Amino acid sequence: MTSPSSNSINAPAVAGVSLWVGLTVLFSHWMGRQAHHWLPVQASTAAPLVDDLFSFETSIGTFVFVGVVSVMVWVMLFNRAEKYDDTDAVPIEGNMRLEVIWTAIPFLLVMAIAFYTIRATSELGVLGPMEHIHPRNQQEELGGYPGDRLPAEQVEVIARQWSWEFRYPDVNVSSTELHLAADQPVTFRLVSEDVLHGFYIPAFRVKQDVIPGRAIDLNITPTREGVYRLRDSQFSGTWFAANQSNVVVESDEAHRAWLEQAARAPLQPGLTLAVSEYAARQLRSNSGWATVPPAPPPQVNVPGSANQPHDA
Amino acid sequence: MTITTFPPEPKPEPGWSRYFGFCTDAKVIGIQYIVTAFFFFLIGGLLAMVIRGELITPASDLVDRAVYNGIYTMHGTIMLFLFIFPVLNGLNNLLIPTMIGAPDMAFPRLNAVAFWLVPIFGSLLMASFLVPGGPAYSGWWSYPPVSIQNPVGHLLNGQGLWITAVALSGVSSIMGAINFVTTILRMRAPGMSITRMPVYCWTALAAQSLQLIGLPALTGGAIMLLMDLSFGTSFYRPEGGGDPVLYQHFFWFYSHPAVYVIILPVFGVFSELFPVYSRKPLFGYLYVALASFIIVGLGLIVWVHHMFPSGVAQWMRNLFMVTTMLIAVPTGVKVFAWLGTIWGGKLRLTTPMLFCLGGLFNFVFAGITGIMLATVPVDIHVSNTYFVVGHFHYVIYGAAVMGIFAAIYHWFPKFTGRMPYEGLGKLHCLLTFVGANMNFLPMHPLGLMGMPRRVSSYDPEFTFWNVVASLGAFLLGVSIIPFLLNMVSSWIRGPKATHNPWNAIGLEWLLPSPPPEDNFGEEVPTVISRPYGYGTGEPLVEHQVEIERRLELLEASA
Repeated sequence: MTSPSSNSINAPAVAGVSLWVGLTVLFSHWMGRQAHHWLPVQASTAAPLVDDLFSFETSIGTFVFVGVVSVMVWVMLFNRAEKYDDTDAVPIEGNMRLEVIWTAIPFLLVMAIAFYTIRATSELGVLGPMEHIHPRNQQEELGGYPGDRLPAEQVEVIARQWSWEFRYPDVNVSSTELHLAADQPVTFRLVSEDVLHGFYIPAFRVKQDVIPGRAIDLNITPTREGVYRLRDSQFSGTWFAANQSNVVVESDEAHRAWLEQAARAPLQPGLTLAVSEYAARQLRSNSGWATVPPAPPPQVNVPGSANQPHDA
Repeated sequence: MTITTFPPEPKPEPGWSRYFGFCTDAKVIGIQYIVTAFFFFLIGGLLAMVIRGELITPASDLVDRAVYNGIYTMHGTIMLFLFIFPVLNGLNNLLIPTMIGAPDMAFPRLNAVAFWLVPIFGSLLMASFLVPGGPAYSGWWSYPPVSIQNPVGHLLNGQGLWITAVALSGVSSIMGAINFVTTILRMRAPGMSITRMPVYCWTALAAQSLQLIGLPALTGGAIMLLMDLSFGTSFYRPEGGGDPVLYQHFFWFYSHPAVYVIILPVFGVFSELFPVYSRKPLFGYLYVALASFIIVGLGLIVWVHHMFPSGVAQWMRNLFMVTTMLIAVPTGVKVFAWLGTIWGGKLRLTTPMLFCLGGLFNFVFAGITGIMLATVPVDIHVSNTYFVVGHFHYVIYGAAVMGIFAAIYHWFPKFTGRMPYEGLGKLHCLLTFVGANMNFLPMHPLGLMGMPRRVSSYDPEFTFWNVVASLGAFLLGVSIIPFLLNMVSSWIRGPKATHNPWNAIGLEWLLPSPPPEDNFGEEVPTVISRPYGYGTGEPLVEHQVEIERRLELLEASA
């Protein structure tokens, strides 16, 4: 907002602003790289795409934020009224050219982000971590998977108040701990027996509401061996916070071995913190705050372990 | 002009009692709204302290999980329906008639009814703490089927009271909206064309239009929810063939625009205050004013961005992402206009100005995380996590509440006739700014790491940032003390205010402080120029010099 009357270019000012913009660009770039460290480990094919987008947005966001705050700080430092000066400043009522510029640039910027995102989203759609409503047998025709990468494994995920049960129908195994083979595409079929739940594995960057009355298919490909957390992400009542489960990603051989061993294991009650906490709560005097009683623990071959350390 | 034909009726000294009764004076109603709102603000804040107390450790160890869920639900509900909407309606009542030179609102009795519904549904909501089973616990969204599970089985239950209170709040807001829209459209001073109207009135008009369009959806959705809960219908009940996702559309069709109902008047406050304390006209008045209505138009077609992970088609995700992103453009126009306004000004860093600058800082931050949330893949990862909680607390507390505090400090002398204390005000501002950032910034890394919102316990890796957030929350809790102290003491014995202590331009500053009941009465001045003529030397109204001299004489004789 240099005054339009001054045709001479204020060289030190231009140099100063350019230097500051340059520094801001460098800082924004650095923040964009830092952004990767704020996210959990990448354990699925979706994760790098999401993280790159977030990093890109962090860079742009940092640039805008630092720009705005720089102006505010400058004004607060150098445009203060002198003591006892109650005169008005030079009345500038607006500037058509600036209005056009600061309408057009944000417009182009957000459209660029939107375009980038739509591309990333469609790529994710191909990889599978978005909801697929279409029937399962049509996936190949819709271009979801190259023939040789059709998900070999189908896992049925049953969400309840408050436990997660995983069924492997091909081998007749059930578990309250999710076991997956690394680098193998897998299809989840998400169902809920009571209320809304959210199927959220932060390390996979995947989240899908589980909706009672619907079966939702979701495809992902884990890429990194380790133990991760599955968290309920859609509020589901009293023990919502405790409705979590471990996700174990293991090598293909280890996974096969686990399935074989699990198929031979007898059925036993699965893990659910809600059931034990509810029992303890019933022993205490009634607080007057009502709760829905938890569903009984599912009978599974493998309950899993609640206390193993997780990577994310 | 000063001689009245009839002898003036002996007016009783307006006492405190009128603030406790059914009064139709908009200025009394405005203060009733604001004081009631702050009463509930304290209750909502107390609940927030319990929430942050629970979350300072990973385990669920302070309160029972059922109690925690009830408390966070009531915190959100109280803060939105009993604090922020009423406090903004309070500002509307004070500012709209005085800014446009109207004697009162268009429908004074409707106005009083709209206000008195607030304590009524407020009591109803508070009563839900006392009914068997405790208050509603399904979050301020009250998504079915959780919200229709009714564990106690009584017809009278917390969730039922919650829905009734929210529906009544909607009725009250619709009454208010009809009043504000009519008043702005029909009762402006002579010469005040719509393009000479202060931006606060523009934003209030925009926000109240949104209320009129959006609220029927929420009210309808809430009534169906109540039927499902109490009378066994199956609008949303999956086992009866209903669709729980339908409710989400009804809910967000209103509740996303509701965010603009909150933030638009605060943009109005920023647009009023930056010129006063920079001694410069508002940069690009018309663009700032019109951007409000572009925000209204776009704000009505973005609601699905709250539902990206809840089972919507891909085309919807892309479409609603684009509309959400577009809102950044008119919002950017406003932000840049404020920067243009303060640039090269003669800044006076008074309490209201500091609150505005802090609010703008927080708002820009929230806008950037908002763009991140609009992009589908990032949203899929962070939706329903603390990232979202951090984002909207930056908007609601960081920007809106700070803007509301700015407005209160700025217009306090006008409507009470007393000056607030600067020292306490600045202390309040500092504590609020530091507390809010310390409370809400740590929520972003927590969300990125994958901590879901609404949890009563969490995995130990989230401890560090939660401790920081809780300490920030306690600081915010303390920050309200200098505010209350300031308000009470300056109202009782603060220095007397002149008619225009900030040397501001606007019709409200041509009234005595406090203004008489009918404001300008029969002598409404004729507006001859655009608002914010700082430095131009142009008067705002005809005979401005005489009006000001008369006010000064009145003050000198008092």
